[in-house]
Order: sequence, then structure tokens, then C-alpha cells
Amino acid sequence: MSGPATLPGTLLVRGGRVVDPSQDLDARRDVLIENGVVTQIEESLEELAREAGAGDGGGLEVLDATGKVVTPGLIDLRTHLREPGYEWKETLVTGTRAAAAGGFTAVAALPDTQPACDHRSVVEHVLKESARLGYAQVWPLGAVSKGLRGEELAEMGEMVAAGAIAFTDAETPIRHPELMRRALLYSQHFDVPVIQHPEDSELSGDGVMHEGEESTRLGLPGMPAASEEIVVARDLILHRETGGRYHVARVSTVGALRRLREARQDSHRAGTVTCDVTPHHLLLTDREVREQEFSTATKVRPPLRSEEHRQALLEALADGTVDALTSDHAPHHPDEKDVELSVAPFGIVGLETLVSLALDRLVRAGVISLSRFVELLSTGPARVLGVPGGSLAPGSPGDLTLLDLERAVTVDPKRFRSKGRSTPFAGWKLTGAPAGTVIAGRPVRFDA
Amino acid sequence: MRPQPGHGWHRKDLLGIEGLTREEIELILDTAESFREVADRPVKKVPTLRGKTVINLFFEASTRTRSSFEIAEKRLSADSLNFSSSGSALTKGESLVDTALNLQAMAPDLVVIRHGHPGAPHLLAKRLKAGVINAGDGAHEHPTQALLDALTIRRHKQRIEGLKITIFGDIEHSRVVRSNIHLLTALGADVTVGGPRTLMPPFVERLGVGVAYDLEEAIADADVVMILRIQLERQGRMLFPSREEYFELFGLTAERLERAKEDVIILHPGPMNRGVEIASEVADGPYSVILEQVANGVAVRMAVLYLLSGIHDGPDGEEGA
Repeated sequence: MSGPATLPGTLLVRGGRVVDPSQDLDARRDVLIENGVVTQIEESLEELAREAGAGDGGGLEVLDATGKVVTPGLIDLRTHLREPGYEWKETLVTGTRAAAAGGFTAVAALPDTQPACDHRSVVEHVLKESARLGYAQVWPLGAVSKGLRGEELAEMGEMVAAGAIAFTDAETPIRHPELMRRALLYSQHFDVPVIQHPEDSELSGDGVMHEGEESTRLGLPGMPAASEEIVVARDLILHRETGGRYHVARVSTVGALRRLREARQDSHRAGTVTCDVTPHHLLLTDREVREQEFSTATKVRPPLRSEEHRQALLEALADGTVDALTSDHAPHHPDEKDVELSVAPFGIVGLETLVSLALDRLVRAGVISLSRFVELLSTGPARVLGVPGGSLAPGSPGDLTLLDLERAVTVDPKRFRSKGRSTPFAGWKLTGAPAGTVIAGRPVRFDA
Repeated sequence: MRPQPGHGWHRKDLLGIEGLTREEIELILDTAESFREVADRPVKKVPTLRGKTVINLFFEASTRTRSSFEIAEKRLSADSLNFSSSGSALTKGESLVDTALNLQAMAPDLVVIRHGHPGAPHLLAKRLKAGVINAGDGAHEHPTQALLDALTIRRHKQRIEGLKITIFGDIEHSRVVRSNIHLLTALGADVTVGGPRTLMPPFVERLGVGVAYDLEEAIADADVVMILRIQLERQGRMLFPSREEYFELFGLTAERLERAKEDVIILHPGPMNRGVEIASEVADGPYSVILEQVANGVAVRMAVLYLLSGIHDGPDGEEGA
């Protein structure tokens, strides 16, 4: 697989608190990266630093991480980067700068571009352009079906050869059970996951928010929770027979979680059924639509659910049912979101808010530990996608993220690097923020 | 004696009934009561809103609500202007925000908006200095309808508090029912909503109402019965099997009405489907107050326009009268 074009660097990261669940590590450590790969991780590599200071370190750069947390590079396994085809919403430049600013060393890019990422040339473009930029590694997600139409399988083999690492029809559910069955079978030739957007489109119809008390109050068409559970249940029935790797994107309901837990307890299916959640589904409910007076920043897919569902998600996050946290970064042009709620597109930006939201409202709030945070944002997504990273053990890629747990920030959409501005978290005051990333031993400069 | 704006009314907009206090609702009703007599004058016009500009922005077809607002504006001597979805920029793909900015440039005092999407008036209100009156936003709210219903009920029953009021029909898609629930419960009525299960939105009871799925059960001992207009099809989806079956199971007939109180009154926000949700014998019968609702609608809209305009003149426009 190809890495970022940034030339591999040699870097000593000194004095940080290294949190790496892959090694069960939470302690002060120095990390040495040579030629883009972690080679040593020790209590002190001070001698090397001294040599570097004396000018005979052989080009060794030193990064002082004192007072910071050092983690394996954070990975967002679900982002809409919109290039090619929707460059007014986002580009690889703005999207990967947003990723770097948000503390991510790698993001997976959804295939709902124009043309769709259903053949090798789009995979190649995304890889080549993002590597040239060097703000963050971009892992292309290929389309399951040609043109995302849900009919014929796309050429998975071609795309895997070009660098695609998983398959999904993005925001279109894989609707026909027969297609899902074929996708789960065929994907096993490449050992890649099939990622489902779990929604029964007939049931959710023209819904714009969760179906419940709030949709009743507001007179807005609702999307029932059953719409999600039905698809997850069906897919898991298929998966029991086909095998393969099945991943559910941003679970949002009690029912779907129950089905997932049940399947994950089946020893034959260990590690093959995975899922992720977003901070907005963990931190907000459908009340937000009323409280933010029909703001289109509350219109996401799946919809913000009721408190009962939110509590179940928090529980699943803590107990290990969930493998990854994702921003589900879905930028739109501000004009597209500045309309009536019913006609606005679904989706909000999240790359530049996820880390602070999680550090403040999940870690600081005691829902999860810092180690679990790293698992959900690095080790977990690397495992789900089957990509390198997620660890700082010697031999791992020299990708890491620095965190400042004490830094106070206020969410200000005007300052986003993303072209998207729509977020329901505008104005939130949070403690804890990303403090830089390193890719293959090179500190990333995203505001140059 | 007409209550003075500034003595209880402090809002720029009327976007919905939800969130209004009992005092605010009663202020509007009392003000409307004082405007009723204008319709009985030989010259049906007062100079109250002279020099004020009101824009009626109708993105959805509407005959009665729009006419009612227009008459109210004319009787108050306002300069009013209609934009409707046919024959204006509204059909030319202009965004609502751009429409708002253009309107703002014309410096209107009040904007009345009817729109198919819930929240559209709220979007407009955030962008406009002018007061915004919601004349119906999708299935969300229709505040002046609920106010005219309440005025009609109050004139017949001399109170709202403690009355048993049943609203029956397509609860899910009705903006009228939502505004009525908020208004009638705020004033202390005992409200029951009823209709076919397929037209009942989830958790409606959490809005503070009882729920019944059988018409006779729903209207038992009711002081007031409000019947809603039924639409067979919405967005290509059939909501119930047929109009005939609806009438058979849920239509309000004279026979079924016997379950209600002897002095029951029947309301309907119109337009009616005779022989579907209501039998003609009931619609035209002695308990029906449907046409009074229409008359009260003008008075209620005059009151709302007056209160939101911030005019501090007396009933005939003389300062301090």
C-alpha cells in the first residue's frame, strides 16, 4: 500500500505521555522514528537527543512533547471529502487540512463522488493527490455497486489493486439482500470489509429527523428506529451464512446495538462484525431540532435519536461493543444548508470538532478512559479497515498525534479549514484539543 | 376596551402557540373580541395600521386563510401586498433566505407567511426586522387558526378551562391540531385527540392530551368536537383504504354525535369534505359553528396584526384614545 509522499523522516518525540492501548501503555516515553517507521520506544532516549543537539545526530529532528499526550495517529474511518465532482463542498486540500487540524493522520474517503469511486481511476486520483498534499493519509473506500446504484457489484479486485481498502455504497443503503450476500462473499477474496449504511429507505421515507415525540411536536416527517434495526438484522442473518467482514456505519439505535451485541458474542464471528458511532449521536438528541429552532445543523443521517437511544450508545461505547468513533464528516456549501430544514441536505462537518468533543464530553466526563479514546480513534479503526497504524510498537508506521488535554477551545465554524460550516456544536466550550500530527516521522504543517 | 400593545405583548413574531403564556393567549383573544364589532359597522375600516406595510407571502395555495388576512389588513387600513407561489420569484428557484433579504430591502412592517415546510417562518423571522406571522408551516403550527377556534369556543362556552374538547381526524399531518393542543391545554381544557391509528403520530400523548381511536369513544361527553379535514393521499402514499370506509368508520354523523353533550358545538377548520369526515346534516346542523369560525378569523387576525405592529393608538387610531 502506498504511504504519504512526504519523504520518510527521522524524528525523536520527547517527553510526552504515550497512550497506546495496543501495547497496554500509558506512561512517559520517548519515541524514535527512523525512515518513517517507529524503531524505539523507551523511557528515555535522552542520549540521542543530546547528540542531535550537538549537531552530530545525523539529521535527527527532535519534537518536544512535554506536557502533551502522544498517541498512535488518529484515524477517521468515514469522511466525505467530495473530490472529484463536488469541489464546492470540499476538496482533498481542504478536507485533509481539516483532518490534520483535527488531529488525524489518516482518514477514509467515501466513494460518493462524481464520478463515484467505483473504478480504479478515482481510487488512484484520491491516493495520488492526497499523497502529494501530505496533510493526511487518505484511504479510499470503493463502491460496492457500480454507480452506487445497488444493482451490479463494482470491480472490487481492480480497486483493491489500486489501493481501495474497504467497500461501501456511502449514504445509500445496500438494499437488495442478494447484492449484500454477493458483496459479503466476493469481498472475502480480498479480506476487506463491507460497510453498510443501515437504513430501510421505504420506512424512513421522506423523514428528516428521528420519529418520536419531537417529530410529532414539530410536525416533521420522522425516520423510525426500526428502519435501522431491520437492515442490521437482515445483514447479520446473511453474514451468519456468508462470513466476510461486516461493518455497520454510525449505529444510532438500541435495537441495532442489541443485534450487533448478539452477533459479536458468537465465537465463530469474532472480529468480523464491527461498528462505529459519531459524537453527535452520543452527545445530542432529537430535542436539538426544536432547541436550535429547525437549524439545518441538526439534520444528519441517521437522525439524532431520543435520549433512550443516546444512553444505549454511551453504554456500548464504554463496554466495547463499538469499535470506532467517526466524525462522519459530511461538508456542504453553506448556501446549501441555509435553507428550510426539509429541503436541506443531510450532513454536518466534524473533523475539526471530534477530538475536543470526545476529550471533554467523553473522557473528561468519565464515560471512557483516555486509553479507550485512543482505541476508538486509532487502534479500532485501523483494525476495522485493516490498514497499518493504530500502534506505536517498533515496526509501526511513524504516524502519531499529539493532544493537549488542558487546552480550552470554543467551537468556531468560521475558523474551520473545511469548506463546510454546518455544526450543531458551534459555540461549545471544550477542554482538550489536538496539538499536532506526525506522518511517517514528519510533523505536519497544515496552515502553511 | 382594547388592550394596549406594550402592556403584555413583547414579541416581534407570532411563530407558534407553543411557548406562549396563558396571559399572552388571553391578550390576543381579548383584543380580537374588541375588533369583532368592526365587521358590524357600515364602514368596515379603522385607521389603526395606516402607513404600515404588510406582505402576505403564500408559498402554498390557500383561499380562506389568505383572504382572511387580507380582509383583516384592509379593515385596519394597512398597505398590503401579496406574493403567492404562482407568478412571482417564489417559483423561480430563489431561496427563502434571498426572498427574505429582498423583502427586508422593501422595509415592510409585518410579513405573513404560509409555507409547506415546518420552520420556514422561523428561518424568515431570524432574517427580518419585520414581525413575522406564521399562517401555517407544514404540519407544524397554524397559530391564528387555533386562536380563532378558541375565540369561537369561548364565545359559546364563556370559558375554555375545564371543557372536554375532542379533535378528530388526521392528527399526524395537521398543523391545526398542534396549535390547538398547545393553546387549549395552556388554557386548562381537557383535550382528546382521535383518529385512525395510521394517522396518529407517535407519543402524541406527551403533548398533554388523551388519545382515542374510536370516534364514539372520543366524543363521549364532549363539550366541543373539532373535525379535521381528511386527505386520502399524501406524497403518493395512501393513508387509509378509501373515503367511503373512512366515513363508515370515522365520519361524524348525527347519530354518532348523540354521544356528545347536549350543548356540544362542532368546529371544522375547512375546507370540508362532506360525506367523508363529516355528514352534511352535522355540518349544516344546529350544533355547527363553522361559519362563525370564519368570521372570528378576521377579528383574530386583526388582533394579531395590531399587537405585532406595536401601534400604541386607540381603536380608531387617535393617539391615546
